[in-house]
Amino acid sequence: MAGTSRKSRWSLRALAFGYLGALLLAPVAMIFYKTFEDGLAPPLEAVTSPEGLHALQLTLLMVAVAVPLNTVFGVGCALLLVRHRWWGNRFVDAIINLPFAVSPVVVGLALFLLYGTDGWFGPFLAENGFKVLFSVPGMILASIFVSLPFVVRETVPVLQEIGTEQEQAASTLGASAWQTFWRVTLPAIRWGVGYGVVLTTARVLGEFGAVSVVSGEISGQTETLPLFVSQQFEQFNFAGAYGASILLALLALSTLLVMNLLKRKEGA
Amino acid sequence: MVGLYLSLMVLLPLAAVVDQSLASGLGSFWNAVTSPQAVAALKLTVICSLIVAAINAVFGTIIAWVLVRDEFPGKAAVNALIDLPFALPTIVAGLTLLTLYGNESPVGINVAFTKVAVVMALLFVTLPFVVRAVQPLLIELDREMEEAATSLGAGGFTVFRRIVFPNLLPGLTAGIALAFARALGEYGSLILISGNDPFNTEVSSVFIRSQIEGGNMPGAAAVSVVLLVVSLLLLACVTGAERWGNRHERGSA
Repeated sequence: MAGTSRKSRWSLRALAFGYLGALLLAPVAMIFYKTFEDGLAPPLEAVTSPEGLHALQLTLLMVAVAVPLNTVFGVGCALLLVRHRWWGNRFVDAIINLPFAVSPVVVGLALFLLYGTDGWFGPFLAENGFKVLFSVPGMILASIFVSLPFVVRETVPVLQEIGTEQEQAASTLGASAWQTFWRVTLPAIRWGVGYGVVLTTARVLGEFGAVSVVSGEISGQTETLPLFVSQQFEQFNFAGAYGASILLALLALSTLLVMNLLKRKEGA
Repeated sequence: MVGLYLSLMVLLPLAAVVDQSLASGLGSFWNAVTSPQAVAALKLTVICSLIVAAINAVFGTIIAWVLVRDEFPGKAAVNALIDLPFALPTIVAGLTLLTLYGNESPVGINVAFTKVAVVMALLFVTLPFVVRAVQPLLIELDREMEEAATSLGAGGFTVFRRIVFPNLLPGLTAGIALAFARALGEYGSLILISGNDPFNTEVSSVFIRSQIEGGNMPGAAAVSVVLLVVSLLLLACVTGAERWGNRHERGSA
């Protein structure tokens, strides 16, 4: 291509790099600098304070419950959508992406209206001594809601691509449906599922809005790491806010690394 | 089982919101949605989301183009970086922008607690949508068509407008709709940087939150339903654009 295209290539490059640099790279670099401005000790101390450690623990608990549930559901839902034709498919297909379109605050409100004292299930739960709102179960429900579609979305295209020939061969040779799933289907879709699991984990780790509404943000009790960040910031305890942010950012960066690894495996 | 899980986790809670918004009749629903503070919040949300969608359309396409058609060292790293806003928790995204563009800005740009900050935070969290929707279409685009057009005397811009752009349109539409939907409901990245000032920098999600805290559930639910309906329409848009894209693919194969 001619000289003009070289000029336009450089200007496009400048625009793309300028935009990414100003919006993404420079702010992220800045927060790393700010965090370690006075050395390693202040952020480390804040994160290893009892509240910080509790927040980390609670965040990991969210992941430990929400991710397996959504993974089992996601694979089952994908199988149903791709392998079985029934009337409900169009319906499930239409609503499966809903959680992505709903504001996190609306998710919080919805759980409030279900499980709050005046909510649909509120009186029943109160009578039986269950506490959902302002405690861990509500926060888990919020995490499940916001991260529900990832595994389904990543598994469906892979299932469509591998086709049914191998599965049919397995069942012709006498394998049960269960054996076919474990020995044939699952190994073939594992990278797609894995990618979905990583995305689910990242979302649960970082969820703020929905969890903040239902948790009541009780320090040391119902505070996940993202809530800890905002709490520390509002108390002008910047070392704590930055320290927990960096911890979350590092988790995000490792998520990115795993995502890229899985993408390459999926392509190979 | 799948249907039960989906109903219990997603549909039932949303049904409770719709029910609450209509609990005291259509009249009070309308009053809640048209209260001055709710209108101001909805207006700000929609205008900012439109601006964000438009900027994403332009820069998302440019970034996708550079990632597909250009060669430079470190391309793989830049490509991986695009997903960072999806991986980074939203509260961290807001704090991150605040350290560089807040009142202690080392570069002398302070946008904290202004509408510009709202747009900036929304741009941050929606960055990957258009890039990731356009990228695969650009990769699959047949270059011979462009070369033919160039050899017939078409300039760079004409080639883009007449050949590249129409082929990218399905992805671009889906990406823009997704970015817009995300911007409409965004909360976490905004609360530290926007100042949450009613009638000025308070977006709908922050308004809903303040209504919940004030115990005004019908008011919170009414505005939520408005957001829900718009998001549903956008979702239908995305599904439509995806179908359109698939048909395109089959047509050219």
